[in-house]
Amino acid sequence: MKEYVMGNGAIALGALKAGVNIACGYPGTPSSEIIETLAKYPHEGLHLEWSVNEKAALEVAAAAAYSGARALVTMKQVGLNVASDPLMSLAYVGVEGGLVVVSADDPGPISSQTEQDTRRFADFARIPVFDPSSPEEAFEMIQDAFDYSEKYKTPVIFRPTTRVDHGYASIEVGDKYIPKDYEGFKKDSGRFVIFPRLSYKNHGMIEDRNIQIGNDFSDYRFNTSEGGPSKKAVMASGVSYMYAKETLKDHPQIKLIKIATAYPFPESFMLKQLEGVEEILCLEELSPYIEEQLLKLAGKHHLTLKVDGKLTGHVPHMGENSADSVAKILKAYLETDLEAEYSKKDIPTLPVRPPVLCAGCPHRASFYAVKKAMEKEKTYYCGDIGCYTLGNAMPLDMVDTCLCMGAGVTMAQGFSHVDSDGKAFAFIGDSTFFASGINGVVNAVINEADITICILDNSTTAMTGHQPHPGTGINMMGHDVGKISITNILNGIGLKKVITVDPFELDKAIETVKECAQTKGVKAIIFKSPCIAIEKSSKKCTINDSCVNCKKCIRETGCPALILTDGKVTIDQSLCTGCGLCKQVCPMNAIGGATDE
Amino acid sequence: MNKDVLICGVGGQGTVLASRIIAASAMSEGNTVHSAETIGMAQRGGPVTSHVRIGDEAYSPMIPSGKADLIIGFEPAEVVRNIGYLSADGLAVVNTSAVKPVTESLAETGYDGSSMIEYLKDNVNCIFVDGEAECTKLGSAKFLNILLLGIAAGSGRLGTSKDTIISEIEKRVPPKFKDKNIQAFLSGFEIGENKGESK
Ligand SMILES: Cc1ncc(C[n+]2csc(CCOP(=O)(O)OP(=O)(O)O)c2C)c(N)n1
Repeated sequence: MKEYVMGNGAIALGALKAGVNIACGYPGTPSSEIIETLAKYPHEGLHLEWSVNEKAALEVAAAAAYSGARALVTMKQVGLNVASDPLMSLAYVGVEGGLVVVSADDPGPISSQTEQDTRRFADFARIPVFDPSSPEEAFEMIQDAFDYSEKYKTPVIFRPTTRVDHGYASIEVGDKYIPKDYEGFKKDSGRFVIFPRLSYKNHGMIEDRNIQIGNDFSDYRFNTSEGGPSKKAVMASGVSYMYAKETLKDHPQIKLIKIATAYPFPESFMLKQLEGVEEILCLEELSPYIEEQLLKLAGKHHLTLKVDGKLTGHVPHMGENSADSVAKILKAYLETDLEAEYSKKDIPTLPVRPPVLCAGCPHRASFYAVKKAMEKEKTYYCGDIGCYTLGNAMPLDMVDTCLCMGAGVTMAQGFSHVDSDGKAFAFIGDSTFFASGINGVVNAVINEADITICILDNSTTAMTGHQPHPGTGINMMGHDVGKISITNILNGIGLKKVITVDPFELDKAIETVKECAQTKGVKAIIFKSPCIAIEKSSKKCTINDSCVNCKKCIRETGCPALILTDGKVTIDQSLCTGCGLCKQVCPMNAIGGATDE
Repeated sequence: MNKDVLICGVGGQGTVLASRIIAASAMSEGNTVHSAETIGMAQRGGPVTSHVRIGDEAYSPMIPSGKADLIIGFEPAEVVRNIGYLSADGLAVVNTSAVKPVTESLAETGYDGSSMIEYLKDNVNCIFVDGEAECTKLGSAKFLNILLLGIAAGSGRLGTSKDTIISEIEKRVPPKFKDKNIQAFLSGFEIGENKGESK
């Protein structure tokens, strides 16, 4: 049966076809739909979990793979930074059953902190990496990845990019999921306990093996070439290959080489492809990885070859490629005429539509409460990653720093140690708290920081598409395992003050913030109110005759439901959720409805 | 068949359903289809696009500039934002009802869509429709996507048959709203047939 699915769906279906026994991940755009798809298709016998973070996910999977099971781990590229500790060691130890780490890269970046390149991580860890160019290929390639992992007893990395993850195509889906039969763990401390001597021994083995894998990859079905023979050739990987193909369909005489396995580089395949080639253009996103591999190859074999790409300024280092950008680069390279571009010069000024916190978002109320309470104080507002990063926008302007998941809690401590006059606050979402916030709180207590931790508990992982987390109580097996209490965790760590407030009870929230800010030590406020995208509300606020059009509500909250109609403040009833924040901000008592009902 | 259809609007307008129906219709008539949608930070009020590429010669997941046969525009500024994708002889179906940016009350731009419509009138082959008025007739703003889909189909630029599209709509909308959606599609279809191909 054919199904029209997203690239991430294709990866999930490919893994099911490969008989995957366990799949673990932590949400992150553009990877999240892989685990979500697995949950939607028949998967009786598969252990499925949203792990607490990427490191946990990889470690859970590693033990399953030691036991001979097939294990899938999914994350976004920065997730691999978190999972890099187990990954680096696991590369030395190896696996018994296939273990595939999907780490989704995000050129652009479209929704990520960095433009890092997972292929470098594969090289760094000395393990193979697969780089699909389309959803169809991803479906096939993820199955190959399991096979290679088992053949060479090594974890392998599978790295799609956003356009592959989020592109749609039809996939021929098998009708039955048959989990792999596996033998179970066989104790062997010489193999599974990492010691310096083991690492030394395996290091040599791995380098020899990688030469072998490179040879094997030289015959790999997705390392291909088409067109030619030509003196000028093109080498591409991932979706850039598709962009190149789009242009080169009009230039069939030009040789187009696709590299699907960036590491270990398929050297003998490439040497064969280079026969008669004098100049080659490298098209890839993120870092010039295959370009550098080619330069190494050319050096090793004394090839006379002109290599164009990022290192020569022909291809930009940053941002994603596109059909258009690649067409332009190719046409310059091939010295052919460009089609006339659409002239944008006469286009009227377009309205900007920046992302904002939704109308009714509890994060707005939490930030507003802290802002009001601290109006006259010197403050440090350490933000973190999630929807609440949008608290940086005007008029709230409540995020001074944002670095990586979990960093808000620890950075606030740094500020408190270098400036005892300032009041340092950390803002952290509930999912982020469980993923990497707890260690930071322990650190604060033991090292006598003076900070207020604001946990923005909206009972979901909103930013990445509303996945459950330990505080929501339902796991991916569909079991109700009970909610893990953030209050109990904080009490357990030894915080003297842990107060839960509803951010929409503004006065109480402001008082709580003041009280905590005045108390020395590590304090926590749990701002608890569900994400309005999940818990739909039919309540609405309305403006009455007392409104003097002072616009304070708009100026202070920035809620998108507050609009101006013919110069007068009105409430867009299609957006309003009746949260009542504006009602409490209004000095004229001119807003009604909502919380009264 | 080779066809490139770009659907654009702002988050929450129902562009995704329209793109799914176009893709499903083309597939059920035996075509290869690929599509790409904006996902991620895109949320209510942000610009969204769906690129639907029909045919075996479409490699890039997104439509290259100047290659779209048809733009289905849910909002005038969003059509202008994406106008570079339209081919020289392409058609744009444009809802003239503007959606102000959600930040409009904080930073007034006075945007009301008129300059966009003006621009489109002068430069592009368009079918304009007052989506708000048409949807009021149909009873809910929820039918905007199916109405615009109907216009696109009626214009003859979609390349899939009316019946195929209707059966794909039926599969994808809640039974309760089936009749209303078909009505929206048919009234759009009529507009498309009457206004199609006229400059
Ligand atoms: C290491 C790492 N893993 C995953 C992500 C993707 N990611 C971005 S925000 C977020 C969590 C958001 O949830 P929460 O903290 O509850 O805040 P909310 O969005 O619900 O406000 C995740 C997992 C990331 N940025 N970094």
